[in-house]
Amino acid sequence: MNDLYIVGFDGTAQSERAIEYAANRAKKSGASLHVIHVLEWSPYSFHTPEELAERHKRREQELDRASAQVDPMVNELKKSGLTVTSEIRHGNAADILCETAKGKKATQLIIGRTGDSALTLRLLGGLAITLAQVSPVPLTIVP
Amino acid sequence: MFKRLSMAGMSLPFMATLAHAQEEGSIDKAISDAIAPIINPFVSFIFSPLPGSEAIFGTGFPWIVMWLVIAALVFTLYFGFIQFRGFKHSIELVRGDYLDPNDAGEVTPFQALATALSGTVGLGNIAGVGVAVYLGGPGATFWMILAGLLGMASKFTECILGVHYRNEYEDGTVSGGPMYYLSKGLSEDGKAALGKFLAIFFAICCVGGALGGGNMFQANQSFAQISSLVPFFEGKGWLFGLIMAAVVGFVIIGGIKSIAKVTEKVVPFMAVIYVGAALLIILMNIGSLPAAISAIINGAFAPTAVAGGAVGALIQGFKRAAFSNEAGIGSASIAHSAVQTKHPVTEGYVALLEPFIDTVVICTMTSLVITITGAWVPDSGVTGIALTSKAFTSQFGFFGVVLAIAAVLFAFSTMISWSYYGLKAWTYMFGEGQAKEMVFKLIFCIFIVIGSSLSLGPVIDFSDAMIFAMAIANVIGLYMLMPKVKALLKDYQAKLASGEIKKIK
Repeated sequence: MNDLYIVGFDGTAQSERAIEYAANRAKKSGASLHVIHVLEWSPYSFHTPEELAERHKRREQELDRASAQVDPMVNELKKSGLTVTSEIRHGNAADILCETAKGKKATQLIIGRTGDSALTLRLLGGLAITLAQVSPVPLTIVP
Repeated sequence: MFKRLSMAGMSLPFMATLAHAQEEGSIDKAISDAIAPIINPFVSFIFSPLPGSEAIFGTGFPWIVMWLVIAALVFTLYFGFIQFRGFKHSIELVRGDYLDPNDAGEVTPFQALATALSGTVGLGNIAGVGVAVYLGGPGATFWMILAGLLGMASKFTECILGVHYRNEYEDGTVSGGPMYYLSKGLSEDGKAALGKFLAIFFAICCVGGALGGGNMFQANQSFAQISSLVPFFEGKGWLFGLIMAAVVGFVIIGGIKSIAKVTEKVVPFMAVIYVGAALLIILMNIGSLPAAISAIINGAFAPTAVAGGAVGALIQGFKRAAFSNEAGIGSASIAHSAVQTKHPVTEGYVALLEPFIDTVVICTMTSLVITITGAWVPDSGVTGIALTSKAFTSQFGFFGVVLAIAAVLFAFSTMISWSYYGLKAWTYMFGEGQAKEMVFKLIFCIFIVIGSSLSLGPVIDFSDAMIFAMAIANVIGLYMLMPKVKALLKDYQAKLASGEIKKIK
C-alpha cells in the first residue's frame, strides 16, 4: 500500500508552504496526499437566536468559500501527477486531523507552523503544539 | 426575568420604586397619565385574580398563572410524563450522542438550548425568587419546583411544533415559532381563519412584549442597578440608555462576528459565576442543608408566618415558575426552530431541559441560598433582589457588586433574545426584507433609550401583560395541535426503536 500524507490547510501562506513541502516529499516517495481544510467550529459555542436562524446559510457559505480555495490547488497538484484527495470539515482542527490520520492509516501529518492573522496564529500556533503532543502518527511542522 | 419583577411591582408597592428608580418627571407623568386609562383595563384583565381567590386564600391568584399551570399539567398527562421518561434521552441529545458528523457546522441541540436559556435565565432567577420566598416562605420553593417540572411538558409541546411548522427559505435561513404553527397547523384542520387570528394576536403581543418587557423594563432595571453602583450615572438615564443601545445595536445590527464574540463570553460567564457562588454557599453551610430542606417541605404544606398558609406558598411558587421559565408563552419555540434535526421531536426533548435548568436548578439554588443563610425574615420588608443580595453578601461580602453586574448582563442577554423574538413577529406581520427588519431593529434600540431615561410605569406594565397575553393564543393553539405532536412522537419513537434514528457515539 502507498504511503499517505495528510496535510492541514487553512488558506494561509504557511499552510500553502506545508502543501508545497508535502507535494515535494510525495513526488519523491510516491505517496498520495490528503488535504484537510478544517473550519473551526464548536458544537458548544453560544449564539444569538438570529445566528441560529442563519447558521445553515452561513455553513453553506463557509463551505463554498473553503472549496474555492482548496479545489484549484488540489487540481493543480493532480495535474502535476500526484494522487490527491481533499475534504472540508467543521470542528476542532487537532481532533479532526488525528481522527483522520488514524482512520486513513496515514504515514504522517504535515502542517504549517503559524498563520498570518491573529486568529489563525492563535489557532494554528496552538494546533502545532497540540498535535506535537497528541498526533497518532509522525508529525512534520513546516515553518 | 422582567415580568417577574414587575409582577412583584404590582403586588408590592415598594417594589415599584425599584422598577422605576427615577423621579417621575413631568413629561413622563403626562405620558403615563394619558396612556393609563387606555391600557389599564387590559393590564388588569391579564393579571386579574381568579374570582374568589382573594377571599378564599387571602391572596389573589392571577388567572393567567392558573392558565399556564393547568396547560402544563394537561401536556404532562397527555404525553405520559414525558419529562421524566424522556429525561435521559434529552441529556443524550444535548450531549451530541445522536449528532451526525456530516452535520458538523449546523446548529446543535446544545446551542439551541443555550440560546433559549439565555432568554429566560435572568433577573427572575435572582430577584423573582427573592420575592417568592419573601412572600411565600421557603415552602414556595417546593411549589416552584413542581410547577417547573410540569412546565417541561409545555416546552416539549411548543418546541416540537415550532420545528415542525417552521418556514425554510431558499437562502438557507429559517423562521419558526407560534405564529407559524398557529397559522399553518390550524389551517390543516380547516381552521385557517382561527389560526390566522391567533397568529396575528400572538405576533402583536410578541412585538409589544419585546419592546416593553424584553427591552424597556430590562433597560430600566439595569439602569437602576448601575446608578446605585456608579453615582456618576445618577439621573443620567439617557446616557446609560445611549450606551446600552449602542452595545445592543452593535450586536443586532452590527453583524455576525461581533455577536458571536459578545454572547459567547457573556452568557456562560454570568451563569457560571452565579451558580458557582450558590453551590459554594450551600457547600459552606452543608450542615444546615437538611434543616433548609425540611423548612422547604414543611413550609410547602404547613407554613407559619406566611400570608395564606400553604396556599399562599403554592401561589407564590407557581407564579415564580410560570413567570420565570416562560413555558407556555411560546417565546422559546422561536429560538428552538433553527436547530438542525432529522426529526422535530428531538427538539422537544432538548427544550424540556429548559424549565428544568431555569426553574428546578437555578431558581431552587437561589431559594436554597436564601433559606440556608437565614436571610429570610418574614415581614422585614427585605425582598426581591435585596433579599437575594443579603443572602449572598452574608457569605461573600463583595457579592452585591457581582449581583449588580450579573443583573445588567442578564438584562443584556434578555434584550438580545427578545429583539429576535420581536423581529420574527414583526416580519411575520409585515413580511421579510432587510429594510423592514432594520426598521424594527432601530425602533428596538430607540426603546432602550426611552426605557432607561423615562419611568413609564403603565407602559411597562402593559408590555408585561402583552407577554402573558401571548400565552392565551399559544396555549389555545397547543391544545388544538397536541394530537399532531402525539403523532409525531409516535413516529419518532418507532424510528428510534427500529434503529432508523440511532446513536452515533
